[in-house]
Amino acid sequence: MTATTDVAALFRERFPQAVGRPSGDCPAFNVPADQALAVLRVLRDEGGFDLLTDLTAIDAGPGSSPRFTTVWHLFSTTGHAYVRLAAACADDARPAMPSATGLWPGANWHEREAFDMFGITFPGHPDLRRILMWDGYPYFPLRKEFPLAGLETQLPDIEVAAETTARVLPAPLMGGPFVATPGTTLDAGEPRAGDQSWTERTEKPR
Amino acid sequence: MVSANAELAYNSKIEGDVVVSRLDAVINWIRTNSMWPMPMGLACCAIELMAVAAARFDIARFGAEVMRFSPRQADCMIVAGTVTYKMAPQVRRIYDQMASPKWVIAMGACASTGGMYRSYAVLQGVDRIVPVDVYVSGCPPRPEALLDALMKLQNKVSREPAAQRLFRA
Repeated sequence: MTATTDVAALFRERFPQAVGRPSGDCPAFNVPADQALAVLRVLRDEGGFDLLTDLTAIDAGPGSSPRFTTVWHLFSTTGHAYVRLAAACADDARPAMPSATGLWPGANWHEREAFDMFGITFPGHPDLRRILMWDGYPYFPLRKEFPLAGLETQLPDIEVAAETTARVLPAPLMGGPFVATPGTTLDAGEPRAGDQSWTERTEKPR
Repeated sequence: MVSANAELAYNSKIEGDVVVSRLDAVINWIRTNSMWPMPMGLACCAIELMAVAAARFDIARFGAEVMRFSPRQADCMIVAGTVTYKMAPQVRRIYDQMASPKWVIAMGACASTGGMYRSYAVLQGVDRIVPVDVYVSGCPPRPEALLDALMKLQNKVSREPAAQRLFRA
């Protein structure tokens, strides 16, 4: 199997409905969600992109449609080239995307992570459980409406929660969130609190 | 000729098989000098904890080299690292499984306060689930800092009314 470095030609030939996606580095394409698996299979078997380096998701924020986008990063170990593929999930309230575990077993944990953080389900996944947060955690932390400090909820273990009366609480940010300023020098752009007038003791001004 | 008395210690031939002391002193002497740690290594602080046990810093000098991975045999839990909410119940359960008397050292910024992890996923200080005796600052602390924490804990334990607690009804 030889790698096709001219991935754009492959797309023009096999998937004319795929559109180019703005990208700063490697070639990137948007494809319809129902064709994502077919495109991935062709890229793996005919394009030589034999390694799934990453699978993640994007949340465009509540109100926007399509809200959730799943992103695959592929690498060709023979052609030494990357390609990025993105597909928007059809449903904004209950996003779903076909599982790529049949093509790359390594997609398993990536899809569990995307499910854990964004709430995207992957039909066809053999074991779709949360991977970082505990089972029963009620939120999806990387969604835009989830505050950076977190939301109050129960500890995972009811007995320990009753014994210690500890709860999952929003973390004090002490003037944060700490935001980096892009486009400046590394020194000037390092993460700083945007508003340092408030702390844990003095409330954030409304 | 008068020879100098070379006896430096207790001589049972002269004084009999009896030692008079305070029970508190004896119990605390035993406890402070054989404090077996439960290494709760959860993040990078655990690397420094390993350095403390190794030859250069050698926590064995303070009688605490016997890292016990069974909570039943441990006296002092050293929480070394970031405690996530997912891990917090397990930390508490292992603490509950340790036999009394038991102590806790919160090693490093994360275990003490959550450290730099102001996050939805991280417990903001292990003192929210277990009682902490000594907090160690640092990210991670130097091995000397942990040795100092152990000495502070030994100092604290040596002042406990151990006998009073032992025979309390």
